Amino acid sequence: MQKKIVIFGATSSIAQEVAKLYAENGAQLFLVGRNASHLLAIADDLKIISGNKVDYECCDLLEFENHSRIIDLAISTLGHIDIVLIAHGTLSDQIACEKNFQHTYTELKINLISSISLLTLLANYFEKQKKGCLAVISSVAGDRGRQSNYIYGTAKAGLSVFLQGLRNRLSHSNVNVLTIKPGFVDTPMTKDFNKGLLWSKPNKVAKKIVTAIYQSQQEIYTPWFWRYIMLIIKIIPERIFCKLKL
Amino acid sequence: MNYNSWGNYPIANPSNVWSIYWRDQEIAFDEVDNSFLCYAQGKSYGDICLNENGILLDTKKLNRFISFDSQKGIVRCEAGITFSEILRIIVPQGWFLPVVPGTQFISLGGAIANDIHGKNHHQAGTFGRYVKCFELLKSDGTRLLCSLEHNSDLYKATIGGLGLTGLITWAEIELIPIKNPYLNVEYIKFNHINDFFQLNKLSEKHFTYTVAWLDCVSNRRSLGRGIFMRANHSEQEINLLSSRRSFSIPCYLPNFVLNRYAIKTFNWMYYHKHQSIKNELLHYQSFFFQLDAIHNWNRIYGKRGFLQYQCIVPEEDKSIVIDLLKRIVKSGQGSFLSVLKTFGKVNSPGLLSFPMKGITLALDFPNQGQKTLSLLTELDSIVIKNNGRVYPAKDARMSSEAFKSYYSNWKDFLKHKDIKFNSNFWRRVTG
Repeated sequence: MQKKIVIFGATSSIAQEVAKLYAENGAQLFLVGRNASHLLAIADDLKIISGNKVDYECCDLLEFENHSRIIDLAISTLGHIDIVLIAHGTLSDQIACEKNFQHTYTELKINLISSISLLTLLANYFEKQKKGCLAVISSVAGDRGRQSNYIYGTAKAGLSVFLQGLRNRLSHSNVNVLTIKPGFVDTPMTKDFNKGLLWSKPNKVAKKIVTAIYQSQQEIYTPWFWRYIMLIIKIIPERIFCKLKL
Repeated sequence: MNYNSWGNYPIANPSNVWSIYWRDQEIAFDEVDNSFLCYAQGKSYGDICLNENGILLDTKKLNRFISFDSQKGIVRCEAGITFSEILRIIVPQGWFLPVVPGTQFISLGGAIANDIHGKNHHQAGTFGRYVKCFELLKSDGTRLLCSLEHNSDLYKATIGGLGLTGLITWAEIELIPIKNPYLNVEYIKFNHINDFFQLNKLSEKHFTYTVAWLDCVSNRRSLGRGIFMRANHSEQEINLLSSRRSFSIPCYLPNFVLNRYAIKTFNWMYYHKHQSIKNELLHYQSFFFQLDAIHNWNRIYGKRGFLQYQCIVPEEDKSIVIDLLKRIVKSGQGSFLSVLKTFGKVNSPGLLSFPMKGITLALDFPNQGQKTLSLLTELDSIVIKNNGRVYPAKDARMSSEAFKSYYSNWKDFLKHKDIKFNSNFWRRVTG
């Protein structure tokens, strides 16, 4: 059956690749993003790949008051929703955040609060529908606070815990909640980093996400080895960890 | 991420790589005092896709469809899209690319920049002929629509312009209709190069695609023996799905693997595995893109890489081809896949396009240093003497004199070259 999919942060590299995979299987997509010309470019492409119409809505997800309108619009456009992917976010400038709380506040709103707002509305919809999947991109950065990016890490840690609770709640309604924890991915968000062996490509991460949604998995690290890297980072005693510069 | 060319020779690292994610993205050309060059799939063999110590604009992510008119067969795509991605969508809807090379893993922009040709050149001409229009982003930030009607000089300079006129953001191309994804293919063995000419003459009228594989190791009586292939798109109403398994060469093979005996054995086996005449129905992937089934096949040549050599000489005189073959056989530096094909008289639209009427020979040689370079220089002298040309997309070593003799209008091209775009190839042949 044709899947109905909503993607928030649809212009992000990982989201674009996920959308392409679903389009190849003939899914019907509703995209939400901030940049109108980019959304149009993606929608035109997906339309040709899927052979279906692709709808999109341009908006800044920091405007929380619009969230319920957008979700209603997605439901009325698609008829119903099978899968939601939440992929929007920014990689916080840690130094700027340390100097100015306003930066920190904005980063938390983007990477945590806006997702919680969307998920609150979506959870109630899915709970009633009694089926579907909420897939959310969190990060390995939320597994332990490190001096190099603990503001981003804080937001993602909060998000991961929120998703744990939500999964617990929605599992009684046959709704799957998937927490996605990518490691380093080569995207515009990370363009200023030197890429090494640990880096992965958005299309590979996307394949893992689609598989995990299909198999109703609950939490994935992608690539897989990040689960073990983070395991090691998590078990280092705090006394020693404090001396490291991670 | 590695930014080598397909032949892994020469190695020339850029100082920086900027990824391009959107076709309307502004690029800060002014911010740095350096040269630029687009790089997508890196399937050019030599150094036209390299820009040592300069900046590469990685256009792999410009791979979106913009529009597709499935009634008229016209598709508009971003320039970083690969032929493989285009074919996947258009073939099930009854369309095919008008010209395809030996691999589908090339970008649309690269196909335009090299004005590529295929096995149907004798009827269809080059790929550039089917490019209706494109947008060119110049380093001063202007965006120009180029076609035969608009900015036609720049249009002609960009087709076959080796990526030096600016960045092609998108292009619109005309497709050809097909009934199904299959081709009726015939193979005919020939024992001597003379037989090739006869077979070819008989085949060109009735077959859309013709090409011959040559055994360039055997000598004397069987000089230039080989297998002639000719094919047409199947007209039958069939709709079969094909899945092809592919595998990859996981690492560079050590240099000693590909010695002359290995090449000799391969050539002998390839010749003898074919029956003298054979017909079959082949999926387009298997007919056009045989080597794509082995990802990274270039690694069999080891880290020292390999050199391709493709030249064209006026057809009338077979003795030139025979002369070239004799030199190669004598040198003992055989090639795995030697390909012989005639080009038709359809004009190429590009100012620096390689194809012209004549006969083209393509060979690859393991890089054995000076020995290989000397042989190729020797071949150059024959090609120059006979008013031929060598293909820049496959070149890594031609001299400035040779280039200027092959492409005598290169100075006209200078008027259209973007001042901030440059490549290793261009610096070499004009420096």
